[in-house]
Amino acid sequence: MPEPVLEIKTGVSASVKHDSASKHVSGEAVYIDDLPEPRNLLHVYIAQSTQAHAKILKLDLSAVKQADGVGAVLCAADIPGKNDYGAVVDGDPIFANALVEYIGQPLFAVAAEQIEQARRAAQLAVVEYAPLPALIHVKEALAARSFVLPSKKFQRGEPAIQLAQSANRLHGEIEIGGQDHFYLESNIALAIPGEDNDLKIYSSTQHPTEVQHCCARVLDVPDHAINVEVRRMGGGFGGKESQPALFASIAALVSHHTKRPSKVRLDRDDDMIMTGKRHDYLIHYDVGFTDEGRIRAIHFEAASRCGMSADLSGSINDRTMFHLDNAYFLEHVSIESHRCKTHTVSNTAFRGFGGPQGMVAIERVIDEIAYHLGKDPLAIRKINYYGVTDRNITPYDMKVTDNILPEITAELEKTSNYAARRTEIKRFNQHSLYLKKGIALTPVKFGISFTATHLNQAGALIHIYTDGSIHLNHGGTEMGQGLFTKVAQIVAQEFQVEIDRIKITATTTDKVPNTAPTAASSGCDLNGKAAQNAAIILKNRLIEFAAKQYGVEEGGVIFTARGVHVGGQLIAFDELVKQAYFARVSLSTTGFYSTPKIHFDPNSGKGHPFFYFAYGAAVSEVTVDTFTGEYKVDRVDIVHDCGTSINPAIDTGQIEGGFIQGMGWLTTEELVYDAKGALRTHAPSTYKIPTCGDRPRKMNIHLRCVPNRENSVYRSKAVGEPPLMLGISVFNALNDAVASIINYQAHPRIDAPATPERVLLACERMRQRGDNHDA
Amino acid sequence: MNAIRFLLGQKLIELESVSPTLTVLNYLRYEQKKIGTKEGCAEGDCGACTVGIAELKDGQLHYRAVNACIMFLVTLDGKQLLTVEDLKTADGNFHPVQQSMVDCHASQCGFCTPGFVMSGFAEFQNRQCSPKNRLKTMSDEYQTTQLTQIFAGNLCRCTGYGPIIEAGKSWLEQAENTPPQDRACIVAVLKAIEPLESKQQRSDEQTYIQPSSVSELTEVLAQNPNATLLAGGTDVGLWVTKQHKILNQVIYLGQIEALKQIECSSNRLEIGAAVTYSEAMPILIQHFPMMEEYLYRHSSTQIRNSGTIVGNIANGSPIGDMPPALIALNAQITLTSQTGQRIILLENYFISYGQQDRRPDEFIEKVSIPLLGKSSALFKVYKISKRFEQDISSVSAAFYIELDDTQHIQTARLCYGGMAGTPLRATLTEQTLIGQLWTEPTLTDAALLLAEDFSPLSDFRASKEYRLTIAMNLLKKFFIQSQDQSPPTQLSITGDVTCA
Repeated sequence: MPEPVLEIKTGVSASVKHDSASKHVSGEAVYIDDLPEPRNLLHVYIAQSTQAHAKILKLDLSAVKQADGVGAVLCAADIPGKNDYGAVVDGDPIFANALVEYIGQPLFAVAAEQIEQARRAAQLAVVEYAPLPALIHVKEALAARSFVLPSKKFQRGEPAIQLAQSANRLHGEIEIGGQDHFYLESNIALAIPGEDNDLKIYSSTQHPTEVQHCCARVLDVPDHAINVEVRRMGGGFGGKESQPALFASIAALVSHHTKRPSKVRLDRDDDMIMTGKRHDYLIHYDVGFTDEGRIRAIHFEAASRCGMSADLSGSINDRTMFHLDNAYFLEHVSIESHRCKTHTVSNTAFRGFGGPQGMVAIERVIDEIAYHLGKDPLAIRKINYYGVTDRNITPYDMKVTDNILPEITAELEKTSNYAARRTEIKRFNQHSLYLKKGIALTPVKFGISFTATHLNQAGALIHIYTDGSIHLNHGGTEMGQGLFTKVAQIVAQEFQVEIDRIKITATTTDKVPNTAPTAASSGCDLNGKAAQNAAIILKNRLIEFAAKQYGVEEGGVIFTARGVHVGGQLIAFDELVKQAYFARVSLSTTGFYSTPKIHFDPNSGKGHPFFYFAYGAAVSEVTVDTFTGEYKVDRVDIVHDCGTSINPAIDTGQIEGGFIQGMGWLTTEELVYDAKGALRTHAPSTYKIPTCGDRPRKMNIHLRCVPNRENSVYRSKAVGEPPLMLGISVFNALNDAVASIINYQAHPRIDAPATPERVLLACERMRQRGDNHDA
Repeated sequence: MNAIRFLLGQKLIELESVSPTLTVLNYLRYEQKKIGTKEGCAEGDCGACTVGIAELKDGQLHYRAVNACIMFLVTLDGKQLLTVEDLKTADGNFHPVQQSMVDCHASQCGFCTPGFVMSGFAEFQNRQCSPKNRLKTMSDEYQTTQLTQIFAGNLCRCTGYGPIIEAGKSWLEQAENTPPQDRACIVAVLKAIEPLESKQQRSDEQTYIQPSSVSELTEVLAQNPNATLLAGGTDVGLWVTKQHKILNQVIYLGQIEALKQIECSSNRLEIGAAVTYSEAMPILIQHFPMMEEYLYRHSSTQIRNSGTIVGNIANGSPIGDMPPALIALNAQITLTSQTGQRIILLENYFISYGQQDRRPDEFIEKVSIPLLGKSSALFKVYKISKRFEQDISSVSAAFYIELDDTQHIQTARLCYGGMAGTPLRATLTEQTLIGQLWTEPTLTDAALLLAEDFSPLSDFRASKEYRLTIAMNLLKKFFIQSQDQSPPTQLSITGDVTCA
């Protein structure tokens, strides 16, 4: 078959602009709060528990109901169906019923003509509590053996025996803080009643299907009565995977009872107080290693704060277990995981989904070994990397067959000039009394696929209209990551038409049903394949038609940028479509995809949970002011693997944005709960995500575009989550800078996030240690 | 004529009756259905709501980016409000700031984007207007530094900012090279609606008073001693959007010409109650160059464009950044009422947490700062916070030392913020320092006394241990930085620190 000579400009591997870019800059991109408000709209305020753990003795709402403008006041007793929005298992009440388990838990909802009326009316409720003992932090929950799910363990070899026999042994503990998603658009849902008991729900969600199912369960109506739509979100990052179901359910409930449209829109503080975050962890490690620094045996015990319910914590903690190895072969290994129940908001999915915390822990271990042996941490990393042909079985028994880290590391070492800079930094630190520099190269190996195997499926829907314009729909959602653009590029590539011929449309449960969440970096892998499948089906119909119509072999019908070659003839795409229509060829189809090869047995802890791995590595250099603990990230070099990039501009955006978000998590983003369990950092005035000034001035990003060895869509690789973990290099570099105070004799063991406070107090510890040593 | 009049884009709006606490953001989104401007935080910290304000300064249009979420609509009287909807040209072309952002892939989820566009727009327009800003050879580093300041109040959670900065470099160049459009028409309208007379609006629940002179102000203040005094609104705005307070009486200081004055004599700088940070910064930096970084770290561009220096004093916050600096400089404030003026030392204004030396019928008319002159005084300010840009201090510190000819300490004013319920001088430490030789051991020993001067609190910003450690270390850093030949002590924003 001859290759088409002229390629389209907006197909696969082109840096096509985000489909909404022009609408973003003009303010014309519509988010849910921007939709024209329907007639008779009620605004909903959700009244929240002020106690972390208490019995509700009295909930008197009579005054609330009498207040100005109030249209409805609803609590647990008003739920016709199931009072639970648990994503996987039950345990997340819509409204508290007799018991509250975190500050911010919904007690009841007030719907009024204006949001201020609803808010003021809610203050009139009489709530009496009988406080119960509350567990707030991981350590308390661990001591009380308070868990949301049973603990789990992976083991291979004989770690206990090998640890005891190791030439060198270290143990320690690291606390790793949580992270608020801080999507700029807070959670929102708009419900509009239709005929019968139908509801149309606009929800800012990564998982429209779950919102649909949950609302149906809450209202006790069939799934078909609920239609959920989302055109775009103002950021998601995992925070809109399981939780939007709560807010959509409350809007649904109000509209169900009042037959009026209703809107639940959280302000920033309510969003941060009421919604879960990245799990914070306490990870204990005990490692045995050779004099060269190769790990012989290791034991991890990881405990996370899940909050009051399981939510997605099972899979999240599983992923921690899957990533405590990061890039390293752990021959004799045991990994224990505790899923702690605390009286705080239920923690949830966040970019990386438990993986990042595991990787922070093993990267800490590597540095500990290096300082202990007086070696460069990079040397320790390299001798512990998975082998390419041997030493390549993970603790969960999956063979790593696509290890490209040695190549990535070699490239990065060279381009970042790592060795020379390490030497220069040591020299700088010897002469600089007050400012100290640190450097670290850390790798990323991240498993791609939902570990819950059934979620690895996707559907798409394509119509070709008779003018040749194409309507594209699929189950993935757009939260800024450019998924809609990438999938449209894939369809454009198949038909060899430019992307402007393709209409990108809102995700909606009545076009593509039973979808997986847009999560686990899988959006393009799954939905791209499903859309490609649909496009190929339609293309084949057109080929079959054209071959028959023009009496040529099917192989003689070729879609090119100039049009469709049919034998010797060139027919415009829209012309062929029109002819097919008149010949009564169906021009609409669904597409489907399910990821091959993956399986996992949760009982044995063994299997092949990931389709493939995505890789990357980063070098970060920092300077610390040892008077104050403040620091700057001076330079960052990144090499990141994205297979054959579908869109290099979008992939670069994911890498840079992910890096900065990971850096923020481990540096200035600090969640502080007080002793009573109240979150004290619930707005940007107190919770500090990076600003543009925190972005390193020197930032070199190289996309490594080598085709995926697995048959992913156009041999691309998932790029949503993996780059977040490149930010670990900043955390390790900060530790490295502080370690220089005592000439790298010991690891400063700064917990995450490494706020200026933690850095300064570590500097002081190091200085005292140095003084004692001198004495 | 009590109507509030302003231009919304090109359209003249007159409001006879409007709540004095209606925010510009809520007005845009809910009353005007202009949904391009977003709410991200409703506290002036994320910038998603950024809009442009154009107003007359010396007969020319001056633009500033502000946070619509905490700005009250009534304060727009006589101004032009510009939103992201106003930027496209009549033939549908994007403003250079918009086009650059599209070209550089500078948006992902897009929710913060209109705010970034408007921050860039205000900067662009001003650069076009004032040729003195034109720097033909802006280095890449210089541009990035400028853009970091321009966007310090705009949070983006998706991009990591790189493409936004790249877009910024492009439109900065264009601003230098594009002549401004004819603005005469807008200038004429703004001149016509200039609020020269005082205004009042009353409803059942709320009263709004906009005096046009100091005498009117003292009069209405005497009549309404419980009224809320509003200047920049960067604190008062949050009482409404965060604490959901209803303010019954609001008196706005921002239309009184006399309060917008900055006066500089040979030995003092006087800043009026309605002068914003942005307005005061050039002259402050001219006289106190060591304050430049401190002022940029103090807050974002949007906040500096609204917030006033006197407001930072008047609200009595223990973590306001201006009082420690001004106390160390021995500044005075003028409290004015119908019965006259009182001039007091700024440090005496702060009595205890939540309590200040201001009678209900008084307002702070101005702050008066002694200049450093040619004296041998050593003066430095430090701000320590979790994040560099737009963050509230864990600790702020300002040190003023005068030495005699023999290098002995003659005067010492060490003032800290975040260490007590008010901005507070380290009295014991200061007393110990007097008469001692200016050496590192002197400072190191004296710093130990800070633990007696202060017993700071632990909160979500910082622990008391951290606060005290910083307080001591900063004193040591101050000494080291006073030496001619000191090793590097200051983090460089460009990351280029070298050490011989």
